[in-house]
Amino acid sequence: MSEITINHYLALSSFMFVIGAVGVITRRNAIVVFMCIELMLNAANLALVAFSSFLGDVQGQVFVFFVMTVAAAEAAVGLAIIIAIFRNKQSLNIDELNLFKW
Amino acid sequence: MELQTILFWFFALIAAVASILVIANKKPLISALFLILNFFSLAGIYLLLSAQFIAISQVIVYAGAIMVLFVFVIMLLNAKDEEEFAGGMKKIKNFVYIFGAIIFIELVYFIFGGNNEKISAHPKVSVEIGTIENIGFNLYVYYILPFIVASFLLLVATIGSILLAKKKIEQSNE
Amino acid sequence: MNDYLFLAIWLPLLGFVFNGIFGSKIKTEKIIGVIASGAVFISFAMFVYAFFQLIEKPVEERSFVVTFFEWIKVGSFRVSFSYLFDQLSLTMALIVTGVGFLIHVYSIGYMHGDKSFWRFFAYLNLFIFMMLNLVMADNFVLMFLGWEGVGLCSYLLIGFWYDRKFEKSTTADAAKKAFIVNRIGDFGFLVGMFLLYYYFGSLNFKDIFGAIGSVEISKDIYTFIGLALFLGAAGKSAQIPLYVWLPDAMAGPTPVSALIHAATMVTAGVYMCARAATIFVLSPIAMTVIAVIGITTAMFAASIGLVQTDIKKVLAYSTISQLGYMFLAIGVGAFASAIFHVMTHAFFKALLFLGAGSVIHAMHEEQNILKYGGLKKYMPTTSKVFLIGSLAIAGFPGFSGFFSKDEILWHSYANGGIIFWVIGVITAALTALYTFRLFTLTFLDKPRFDVSKIHPHESPKVMTMPLIILAFLSIVGGFIGVPEFIFGEGSNKFALWLDPVFEKAKILSFHGHHIEHSHITELILMSIAIIISLSFMYFAYKMYTDKKELAQKIANRYKITYAVLQNKYFVDEMYEAIIVNPIVILSEKFLWKINDVKIIDGFINYLADLVEKISSSVKRMQFGYAQIYAFVILFAVSLSLLFLIINS
Repeated sequence: MSEITINHYLALSSFMFVIGAVGVITRRNAIVVFMCIELMLNAANLALVAFSSFLGDVQGQVFVFFVMTVAAAEAAVGLAIIIAIFRNKQSLNIDELNLFKW
Repeated sequence: MELQTILFWFFALIAAVASILVIANKKPLISALFLILNFFSLAGIYLLLSAQFIAISQVIVYAGAIMVLFVFVIMLLNAKDEEEFAGGMKKIKNFVYIFGAIIFIELVYFIFGGNNEKISAHPKVSVEIGTIENIGFNLYVYYILPFIVASFLLLVATIGSILLAKKKIEQSNE
Repeated sequence: MNDYLFLAIWLPLLGFVFNGIFGSKIKTEKIIGVIASGAVFISFAMFVYAFFQLIEKPVEERSFVVTFFEWIKVGSFRVSFSYLFDQLSLTMALIVTGVGFLIHVYSIGYMHGDKSFWRFFAYLNLFIFMMLNLVMADNFVLMFLGWEGVGLCSYLLIGFWYDRKFEKSTTADAAKKAFIVNRIGDFGFLVGMFLLYYYFGSLNFKDIFGAIGSVEISKDIYTFIGLALFLGAAGKSAQIPLYVWLPDAMAGPTPVSALIHAATMVTAGVYMCARAATIFVLSPIAMTVIAVIGITTAMFAASIGLVQTDIKKVLAYSTISQLGYMFLAIGVGAFASAIFHVMTHAFFKALLFLGAGSVIHAMHEEQNILKYGGLKKYMPTTSKVFLIGSLAIAGFPGFSGFFSKDEILWHSYANGGIIFWVIGVITAALTALYTFRLFTLTFLDKPRFDVSKIHPHESPKVMTMPLIILAFLSIVGGFIGVPEFIFGEGSNKFALWLDPVFEKAKILSFHGHHIEHSHITELILMSIAIIISLSFMYFAYKMYTDKKELAQKIANRYKITYAVLQNKYFVDEMYEAIIVNPIVILSEKFLWKINDVKIIDGFINYLADLVEKISSSVKRMQFGYAQIYAFVILFAVSLSLLFLIINS
């Protein structure tokens, strides 16, 4: 393990991604679900930056810039929606948001 | 051992552990704090990868703005501790972990099993790649269109979140 | 001009359309009647014109084809509405339109006052159209169209008074019986057509009859085709075993019985066999079968007609019997003689039926001859023409029936054998007997009905004129076919006219042996037949006027035979028990209750239930929990990664 190859960064990225995915599915609290989504996004960012660095192409980092922008916008809007729902249901439990059930 | 190696392992371990703790905690506030820790360690890794601008913006935007927003909302809504699983999820809980593990193993297999002679062992690129100057140059010259679109996106997001989170107009007039 | 001759066939259809659409609104019966009869008369005139066209041509060229339009075009299979004008078809067409016209005129009087007057004439015209298609067609498919069409019209006209009771059931049942029994025969016709198409590649007369002899086909195939076609003929022309519909068909109005079930439709089978003569002669087995069935039917029906008491029933069985003679002629290869008898039979049988119609009208719909008697005084004209018809059918020398029947008897002896001749003569004796029984009981002796209550009177001119014309034809109609051994070579004009059509059949059938019989034999046989028929005529006359108790004594002596004959040998009852009832029970108990209700409906209902069950379990997939959907995605991703791993 003397040399850090790209594989290490990618392994870390995939680890974070899977953790985030599991979190999205298992957590009850809506806000925590959002946080796990952010985690997944960051895992993707990491992979992008790693590739950009090892390939010598700056495109990866530019893309990460935009990903962050979008993540910010999405977080803002998503939390606004959660606040709106909370006002009606007084609960953040996802299990209770089941109006689409048959 | 090189400094780079030590630093990588240091930051990587912190990131991994922090991410596990994010999903393992019952209190949402603690989860948010661990996520912030995760972001910081990611910023460190970015520095290692000579993505200086990204590292800084990670700290400023992600850890500094988005997570602050999250913490605000948690405090505002007074999010309680998480309850137990209910209904159908209870039966699936274990399967989720299993499939998560499966996916991770498959990804690792891909990563370590694939051929990547094209990618060199260590980054031999210059440190200049991730400077503000370089990224700014690329943004404004080659990627100007996505840049402008992104600014529109932010505008829309701002308006949207205000509208969504607002109370009803009649009520707010009282 | 010849190109428009197809109008001769299609004009009656126009009559049908006109009367069918406007008939119910036209209040005067005369207009309807004139239009219908006029259409048929113009057809007749056009056929006469065609006849003169043919006469002028030399013998070898006496046929032409007129095409109306192309009907079926499937690959190389072509069928058109084409009409073959040759000696045989023209003869039939003239009979159909000529006698048909007379019956149309008669019907104007007979159906007077009927509330569906217009419908009757519409159907009659439609029938003439279909019959003309049948006899004038130049291919089997068009002939089959006409074949089915006359069956349809027969059904419509038998059940014309659809709300009337008839014997044990209704007229509608009689119509259905006719149609269904016909259908069995049609099956045979179709099988014959399929075989013909398979072996000859075409259903056109010219193609098939031209190719016979040059195509390699085994004799057995010809036997099959011949028997199949004959099954169709037996159904349409009421031979054993498919004759049972004709007596029941008497439920229809009498002009219908005259036109369809005496003069024209029932002769369609004879025409078809004559037309396909070249096929039949190549199969001695089929010919024998036809001859045997013909003569058997003739005698069988004559024996039943002997003891019937309904005037129309007697004539119905008489028709079946005479048709048997025609098939006997076909079976022994005397095709021209068969057609000759078709013609003379059309004349005198139509005459007899129409005369019976007049009697029925006069006696206020009474049809039981035991309640007649002495009608000569009240209906002199009808009585005279009925006598002429009876003499013709019984074979009185000089009348038309004599010449045609004698020719058949002679040929059955010459080509068939002595046994055919013997049974033929016995049947002729029975014919004379029942015919004069009928005449005597109806017109002679003293009235057996209450004269004060029923006042029979002569029919109006519109009804008696056709009778007189038919009587005239019954007398002179035979003179065109006189036997050559008496009157010299070339005197049998009718045979000379028709023989070219059967040229090829004659060549194919003889190829070698031609038995010569002496003129003396012919003379002797003819004399025997004359003596027998004359004596039976006289016997019948005497028995039913002076010696009535003799009839009663014979009936008492042979009680069993009498009962069997009166009940028509219980054939209907046998069919009912063996064929009809099992099918009805099978249809009701099994096909309906089990198959239709349980199996088919059950299957459909089961399918519907299945869909409902599946969907009610599938709908549970809509959990409403977004996270479960996310889990599904996760699951799918893992599977696809696995797939990629395996493939790489």
